[in-house]
Amino acid sequence: MDIRSEVISQFTQVAEEQDKRLAPLTDDLPLLESGLDSLCFAIVVARLESSLGADPFSDDEDARFPVTFGDFIRFYENAAH
Amino acid sequence: MPHTNQASLNAAIIAAGDPSSRILVGFDTNATWAKLIAGSILADHPGDLTGKSVLIATRDQFRAAAALIELDGIARRIVLFPPDVPREQLRYVAQTADADLLVTDDPETASADHGVGRVVLCGKSIRPVDSDRSPRVETEWILLTSGTTGHPKLAVHTLASLAGSAMHRSPASASIVWSTFYDMRRYGGMHIFLHAALTGTSLVISSAQESVADFFARAGAHGVTHISGTPSHWRRALMSPWANRIKPEYIRMSGEIVDQTILNQVKTQFPRAQIEHTFASTEAGVGFYVSDGLMGFPPEVLSRNPLVKMKIEDGTLKIRSMRAASRYLDADSPMLKDADGFVDTGDTVELRDGRYYFTGRRDGTINVGGFKVHPEEVEAVLNRHPQVVMSLVKAKKNPITGSLVVADVVLKPLPTASASTTIDGEILRFCRGHLAPHQVPAAINIVPTLAIGESGKLVRRHA
Repeated sequence: MDIRSEVISQFTQVAEEQDKRLAPLTDDLPLLESGLDSLCFAIVVARLESSLGADPFSDDEDARFPVTFGDFIRFYENAAH
Repeated sequence: MPHTNQASLNAAIIAAGDPSSRILVGFDTNATWAKLIAGSILADHPGDLTGKSVLIATRDQFRAAAALIELDGIARRIVLFPPDVPREQLRYVAQTADADLLVTDDPETASADHGVGRVVLCGKSIRPVDSDRSPRVETEWILLTSGTTGHPKLAVHTLASLAGSAMHRSPASASIVWSTFYDMRRYGGMHIFLHAALTGTSLVISSAQESVADFFARAGAHGVTHISGTPSHWRRALMSPWANRIKPEYIRMSGEIVDQTILNQVKTQFPRAQIEHTFASTEAGVGFYVSDGLMGFPPEVLSRNPLVKMKIEDGTLKIRSMRAASRYLDADSPMLKDADGFVDTGDTVELRDGRYYFTGRRDGTINVGGFKVHPEEVEAVLNRHPQVVMSLVKAKKNPITGSLVVADVVLKPLPTASASTTIDGEILRFCRGHLAPHQVPAAINIVPTLAIGESGKLVRRHA
């Protein structure tokens, strides 16, 4: 599965469900300016765990949190490899 | 406890010293403590509030703080209504607290009927007034916690019970500037608000209207040295490229189970800071502090403070303390304390290799980013949907908010096959209309049946 398009699709869907206005998802977009709040991110991460079978947030105790949208995609891409 | 003999917040702020050089920094308003204790946010709406019960339901917490400082020692009772609680609960809360006056900054809230005789729509300006602020009564401070019945529970505190926690080890220092991600209408935020007010420091308060970047910019500009929040607040903070705008010396976490991951990550981001996590609850007050950088707590913290008696009984933490709330205001709520004066926190712990670890809640309460969710409350809403036969709400572990709410739902036979593809979306929309965002299930699983135990109740497996 293409990780990038799956991540974009979950961001878009959760934003719509939670009635949030999603910023254009460029790689340098800071996650906290994406329009999603903590609850939205929690839902995105739970759904990506279902669809991609990976949860890089829980897998590594010392991993640094992703800051930009590009970091977020790489976070999942690295977990898949 | 140098200040608990002060009969009002106003007097205690004066006693803390030099209120004109310390600031309360809000999202769009700043004021010195001196201005707050001498001014009024309600001055445009004169009327004697002595002995009244006042429900403060502002969106902005600066205004709530100003009203609280103005009314403590004057009003008989002050209820602090958190901004995240659905507005439809205002009527229940007003009725339970026997409110004479509703204070809000939201025109929509002001124009709706909540069953309160008088409504004050306040602005942000604090007008100097020449009125007598000497305390007349010991005001009850009412903090809301989540309830199982669909209504919040109203826990009764006083300035003394809340300040007892806030004043615990109070190195008053002119160089300290506090901040918190919490809202002061929640126990964790109130604790920091009072600590700053009563130990003579400035305080930067957050706002739901503000981006994390702007909050960090504001906190950095005011030189915040001490800052608190839930693990979920801190996870969000670490996702911000602007977390480095603050240079904290001290970081505190509370309100949720703290895991080793978040402790390590915060330490990596802020290597200079001392990091502590604390146990506190709205009902029991602050229990203990843990400063060894590890999750869980060593048994000795339970006996470290002679004023707070703590014990582990039946696998849960129980606390007897002057910092506890005295009772619940609502008649339907259970007793807040047992016969010996202990508050059962309901938080379950497990002893492993000489250290205690929190494992969850005995009653199955789900903690979503610091907000407690009672499964029964969510199930009651799900079960009101015309297509739902029954439902079971559970926690799903989550690395961002600790937990998420998910629901198993049994449906009535659907009239057409096509309807089944949209029904979970429809149920979720129904939930969003009746529940706060953190209470709405993140996922609905349609299941053929749910297990019923011999008691006739749903079988629940609490984590």
